[in-house]
Amino acid sequence: MFSSLAKLGRYRALILTLVVRDLKARYRGSVLGFFWSFFNPALLLFIYTFVFTKVLPSSHPASMEPFALFMFCGILPWTWFSASLLESSNTLIAGGNLIKKVLFPAEVLPIVTVLANMVHFFLGLPILAAFVLYYQRPIDPLELLWLPVIVLVQLILSTGLALFLSALTVHFRDLKDLLGNLLTLWFFATPIIYSVEMAPPDMQWWLNINPMTHLMRSYQEVLFFDGPFGHQRWLLGLGVGSVAVFLAGYFVFDRLRDSFAEEV
Amino acid sequence: MRPAIDVINVSKVYRRYARRRQFATLKSALLDGSLLGDLKPDETFQALRNVSFSVPKGCTYGVIGSNGSGKSTLLKCVAGITRPTEGEVKVDGRISALIELGAGFHPEISGRENIFINGIMLGLSKKEVQRRFDEIVEFAEMQDFIDAPVKTYSSGMYMRLGFAVAIHVDPEVLLVDEVLAVGDQGFTHKCLDKFSDFRRRNKSILLVTHSLDLVEKFCDEAHWLDKGVSKGEGDPKKVVAAYIMNVEDSEEHSLAKAEAARLAASASEVPQAPPPDVDGEKAPENPVDDAETTRDGFKATEGRWGTREIEITQVSISGPDGESGHVFQSGDDITVHMTMTAKEPITDFVFGLGLFNADGVCIYGTNTNLEEFQPSEIVGECSVMFEMDHLDLVEGTYRLDLAAHKADGYPYDYHRLLYTFRIKSRVRDVGIYRPAHRWTFGGGITIKGGTT
Repeated sequence: MFSSLAKLGRYRALILTLVVRDLKARYRGSVLGFFWSFFNPALLLFIYTFVFTKVLPSSHPASMEPFALFMFCGILPWTWFSASLLESSNTLIAGGNLIKKVLFPAEVLPIVTVLANMVHFFLGLPILAAFVLYYQRPIDPLELLWLPVIVLVQLILSTGLALFLSALTVHFRDLKDLLGNLLTLWFFATPIIYSVEMAPPDMQWWLNINPMTHLMRSYQEVLFFDGPFGHQRWLLGLGVGSVAVFLAGYFVFDRLRDSFAEEV
Repeated sequence: MRPAIDVINVSKVYRRYARRRQFATLKSALLDGSLLGDLKPDETFQALRNVSFSVPKGCTYGVIGSNGSGKSTLLKCVAGITRPTEGEVKVDGRISALIELGAGFHPEISGRENIFINGIMLGLSKKEVQRRFDEIVEFAEMQDFIDAPVKTYSSGMYMRLGFAVAIHVDPEVLLVDEVLAVGDQGFTHKCLDKFSDFRRRNKSILLVTHSLDLVEKFCDEAHWLDKGVSKGEGDPKKVVAAYIMNVEDSEEHSLAKAEAARLAASASEVPQAPPPDVDGEKAPENPVDDAETTRDGFKATEGRWGTREIEITQVSISGPDGESGHVFQSGDDITVHMTMTAKEPITDFVFGLGLFNADGVCIYGTNTNLEEFQPSEIVGECSVMFEMDHLDLVEGTYRLDLAAHKADGYPYDYHRLLYTFRIKSRVRDVGIYRPAHRWTFGGGITIKGGTT
């Protein structure tokens, strides 16, 4: 396992090329092209702003204004997370030709999926930044230094899960349908459209065992809430856990690797 | 010197998950708690059995065998795409596998970008692709379309581009799986030239193909696989000859089986009046030909009819060795041997024979009446031999009509298209009839080879 893990470094150029290909191909043929990566989150933010200031103004405490911005802090990384998992569950089957006919390192495919979605996440960040500035939220520059750490933890966690899911879906095709529903459930079980404080007290324990809670909370603390960043411990603990998830995911992937060419 | 490819006792077992194929859901696997059980195979299929060979550097090595003989599996094992279940494959140097061309192309983006991506996938660095870019484009003959998205390419363009990239990876070992069928004649020649160029530079090629010609002309050594088992190795001419013999044997077998089935079917039919359009003359363009095309491509319908006052009881076709069979070489002396019985003495009788090709075209038809034999009497057990010296037919499948009838066409026993044989030929000429011929060249022509 570790020997193939070491090889992963050699595929950097390949991974990079494929990420660029993915991004180029996604908007090829559309008029606005790359700008959709900006417009999509911007439009989403407008919709949330409308809904939570005009339609449901009392859905949240006054201290949480602007609520749309709060939600946006969670939805943007969540979209990265869920799209990565959904797409990677299908990626080995979609790339079946490569695996069956070319000597191709299969783990590159889920990794590329996660990275391509990360680039989309990054493209959404300027929109987020624009709104943070517009609402004149106080942002501590020192707190912002945590942001790369949070992104890194999410990257490791997503990649581990993506490897695991992509390998298993080859054997269990219905996993990707199951996954869609599971992710919807997970979305609502994570404090994204509500804050941890808004959840009933007896739910706190459940929220705490959800790894995404701590990721989302970290984003929200850095980008939305006032005051010092107080979630380091949870975040670092999650970081260690993510490395474990990644290794486990890679282990499963490596074990099932030989079956891909035959089963895809 | 180390060999370029060393295949040592390789076996490959494919697993079939028969039970899970039916349910194939994670849910049921979890509910039954049989997740681990399901990951174990229910059935296995052995694609390769103890195959060993080695390809020295600079050698072009051909692998032949019928469909399903494990050729492609072998190639995938050598390429490292699948791992052999047992045994070991050692390859010295960079491999490029031409198994499927353009496998990594993305349809939405341009040929130019796809060349880069494909090249990097095959193990080149970006700089190396850059350096070879013009050569690749030129080889693929794609100068005008290189910036168009790949989805707009014709399948020929797609394949050419894929081939061009793969061949310019400049591998030490090239694996080729039946990809020369793409492209026109000119492109095929270019590919072959490229292969020759490879050989000159002391690189190795492992070629899997159905084109026996190519193996004979091009390979230094050949290997014949049959159902995953090695059947022979060595000089391409000898291996190919052994393979052809075997194919003929098995074709012989299947033709004999089909013929037995047809005879059984027609024997069980009640003797009937002939279709109105059939008379003593064989007329292949008659309306019978409009009947639906039969399964094996013969347009006229087969059958047997007649009063059986004279009954053709047995028919055999034999080649120059006197053995009856179904597969012959073009130019063989072929004899059709009929055994027949007449219960009562009969004085008005004609024996006829018609030879048809797969399109239902009558190649030749004759009978004893046309050739002015005067019948006087037939009674009891008799035999009729029809001998053809040098049956110079082109390669293909042929069928025979055999009949015993009255001079006015009244049928005693009419066997229509019931007997099949196949002609093999080393020459891929076409048409119906092969006149005896020779080529003579004069003046400033230099030409070599030739099969005749």
